[in-house]
Amino acid sequence: MDFSVISNNLPAFLRGTWLTFHLVGISLFFGLALAVPLAVMRVSANPWYWRPVWLYTYVTRGTPMLVQLLVVYYGFAQFEWLQGQWQAGNPFWLLFREPYFCALLAFGLNTCAYTIEIIAGSMRAVPHGEIEAARAMGMDYFTLLRRIVLPSALRRAIPAYSNEVIFMLQGSAIASAVTLVDLTGAARNIYSRHFAPFEAFIFAGLIYLLLTFVIVGLFRLAEKRWLAHLKPRKAQPAH
Amino acid sequence: MILQGYGGAILSGAWLTLQLALLSLSLALVSGLVGAAAKLSRSRWLSWPATLYSTILRGVPDLVMMLLVFYGGQVLLNELTDALEWEPFDLNPFVAGVLTIGFLFGAYFTETFRGAFLAVPVGQMEAGYAYGMSRWQVFARILFPQMLRHALPGLGNNWLVLVKSTAIVSMIGLADMNFVAEQAGRTTRQPFLFYMVVCVLYLVITGVSSWALQRLEKKYSVGVRHNEF
Repeated sequence: MDFSVISNNLPAFLRGTWLTFHLVGISLFFGLALAVPLAVMRVSANPWYWRPVWLYTYVTRGTPMLVQLLVVYYGFAQFEWLQGQWQAGNPFWLLFREPYFCALLAFGLNTCAYTIEIIAGSMRAVPHGEIEAARAMGMDYFTLLRRIVLPSALRRAIPAYSNEVIFMLQGSAIASAVTLVDLTGAARNIYSRHFAPFEAFIFAGLIYLLLTFVIVGLFRLAEKRWLAHLKPRKAQPAH
Repeated sequence: MILQGYGGAILSGAWLTLQLALLSLSLALVSGLVGAAAKLSRSRWLSWPATLYSTILRGVPDLVMMLLVFYGGQVLLNELTDALEWEPFDLNPFVAGVLTIGFLFGAYFTETFRGAFLAVPVGQMEAGYAYGMSRWQVFARILFPQMLRHALPGLGNNWLVLVKSTAIVSMIGLADMNFVAEQAGRTTRQPFLFYMVVCVLYLVITGVSSWALQRLEKKYSVGVRHNEF
């Protein structure tokens, strides 16, 4: 191990880590925001609502995120209509030539699909009595969702969602396939410049490991805060 | 001509993906069982390395691991062939892929198997010993089949994740269906078409596996009563 390779390239590693961090952060944010209404549609009894969402989650969860990223970045460029928009200089469609935007779109849509199923699963698991009680109080559908079902379902989804966050962090390593220099991309550059595979990839792996531990720790705090009422009770001595 | 003559190449890429996935699965099952046995062992010299293995491998992205195995493995191999004065040879990306994905998912399987072993009621094993069964008989007749029942849902989920994560081998130059689609898309200027074909093939693989897993779960949960509402 040649540690000078690591110390000399520390700024490159840090820039890569920062790109990984906001790529994952922003796609998680939009994925979660979009997943809540779609999960409500997913558990709806009306097939016009749940079928399209089911199809979206089935296809997204059944194919690799790498393929999804390549479809967005390379695949869409096949359409002459899109190429025409690029030549016309349409600012919205020009975004599809930016690897950063394409990665955000692919990652966001991917995590959204998994998050929908997580939230839908915990919505189905809300005790039936709570819903009956709310109905008996005369709540309409949206009040019931807002006051009873979602607060309880989103809390219970925290442990499963923490896994999804970790999977997104690790899945984001494929961003280097579309020329982005994220943490893995930085390690690949450093490897090819110095021909030092161990220094480059082990150090990048350690940073990922550290980020994973931070995420696990944050979710442990979140569970303490929002899931305290579900913790198994401890026997207390009667003084 | 199916898909402008690339139909056959895509299918052989799909076959490679499948071989890679199945070989990795076998390696993962073996290392998962060994890992679970070590983690459950009373000896700290066994349980500690197993915990380290399952923690580190689950905390590092598969792609980083694969690049380390592929490029780092080549360096080690070169040093080895130099030391032994052999002809140097290139590390096969297929072998690197199987090793990485196999050991990586072995780390996930370690946790699945550990949980499943712990889920088998101790009373049943005591009953086995009381009948005069040997240690091995208790393991083979009582512990293992019941452990499998608890492990199957977790194994099934991980298998679906494993199939999808084989896609990253195209990044170390292995001609799986992803790699073929990329090249075909570039030459024919129809990347969207070829990626869609690949998506459908992945959906076929995952769809068939979900169906098979459901049947297996049914077979292994014979005698389990489910709540009916």
